[in-house]
Amino acid sequence: MAPPSKRRPGFSRRAQYGLFLTYVVAVGGILLAALLLVVSALDPRGFNALQGAALDVANPVRAGGRSVIRFFRGVGQGVGNYFFAASQNDELKRELAASRRELLKAKATDFENQRLKRLANLVEATSDEIVSARVTSSSFASPRRFAVLSAGGAHGVRPGQPVRAAEGLIGRVFESGRYASRVLLVTDSASNIPVRLVRNGVPAIATGKGDGTIDLKTLEVGSNPFRRGDILVTSGLGGIYPPGIPVAVVTGIDRDNTLARPTANPARIDFAIVQPVYVPEAAADTPAEPPQ
Amino acid sequence: MRRTVRSAHSAGADELRRRYVPVGSVLVAALAAWLPIVTPAPIFPDLAFLVLLAWRLLRPEIWTAPAALPLGLFNDIVAGHPVGQSMLLWTLLFLILDVVDARLAWRDHWMDWLVGAAAIFFYISGSWWIARAMGGSLDYLVMMPQLLVSLLAFPVVMRTALGLDRWRLSR
Repeated sequence: MAPPSKRRPGFSRRAQYGLFLTYVVAVGGILLAALLLVVSALDPRGFNALQGAALDVANPVRAGGRSVIRFFRGVGQGVGNYFFAASQNDELKRELAASRRELLKAKATDFENQRLKRLANLVEATSDEIVSARVTSSSFASPRRFAVLSAGGAHGVRPGQPVRAAEGLIGRVFESGRYASRVLLVTDSASNIPVRLVRNGVPAIATGKGDGTIDLKTLEVGSNPFRRGDILVTSGLGGIYPPGIPVAVVTGIDRDNTLARPTANPARIDFAIVQPVYVPEAAADTPAEPPQ
Repeated sequence: MRRTVRSAHSAGADELRRRYVPVGSVLVAALAAWLPIVTPAPIFPDLAFLVLLAWRLLRPEIWTAPAALPLGLFNDIVAGHPVGQSMLLWTLLFLILDVVDARLAWRDHWMDWLVGAAAIFFYISGSWWIARAMGGSLDYLVMMPQLLVSLLAFPVVMRTALGLDRWRLSR
């Protein structure tokens, strides 16, 4: 005989009503959750305060754990001495940060030169940095691709600002707490970045695919302008991302689909640099339209 | 079986353990999102979901469907999902499992695994659909590694929940 169900409330009216009430609450909860989802779809930063607080609470754990991981990886790579010295000597750290910034500037200038040679156009305004911070974690089980940064509103980080590393673009700030923030990576499916080919300046859109790669779309019809190994940099069109930041390297071409790999791997980089939102010169010059 | 006179204090501790170990283990599993791991693609399973599912299949009588609401909210906030995703999917799943429980008379390991696999497929597909609605087009192939790892990890999580359940009810 089949075992008796543990859910049947029996003949007690009270138990039956109680069970019925739980179903009413459950269905009401589902409707509420659906409403919350719609709200977060319409306004992705609507729950910034809540999610930001959660980021802040988790920040010490993530930052501590990440430094442990970094430490052991450093030992594994045979640069343990470097880490010991860095932990003992603050000045070394500061020098390191300074040299990284120098390297970054040099790389940016390099790309800038290449582009100017080919395009002889546009002059890039020097982009400054708001804060440089560690990438401490990433979205774990979610199909969306986010990274967690150990800098937040207290350091001047606001949603929408572009985030880059020495190697290239990482993404843009999605939501921020006081001491930590979440970054929408370039590999996320909601990330669309206007880029251009370094080789000949052909514009394209880089869209994330959600699995660590990037899909490239160009406006040209019929011919695929990309070659394997091509480097794409941000074009600065439409603002937000400053021009000239390396974004991706083309890895595979299949007729209309072009696959690329981001130049900056958030799992490997040392520092991520948050920059102010880029405003193109032309857009900055034109006066804002009066409200209708 | 030990039959000793127990102090009121230890009886109270037993009661706490009996009552809060299932919920507590789900909350702790949700904190896996705090792990300082940077992954390029969704590979890891949603541990909180697997633990909750294991408890739900193991002890249907201790859960009511609305219990999934606050747990889902906690998971959403900690893991950075869109608020409402786990709330919606988990509660819906609990209601579905209530129906399944009413239909299925016989339960064994394989049936639990089958129901669990269907539930995992439901949850991952649901989160994929929501991610698509929030972001751009997302290939379902992206979810395949996570689906496979979740299916393989589920029996292990089930075993762990079983061990926890034994400890919970031990005297």
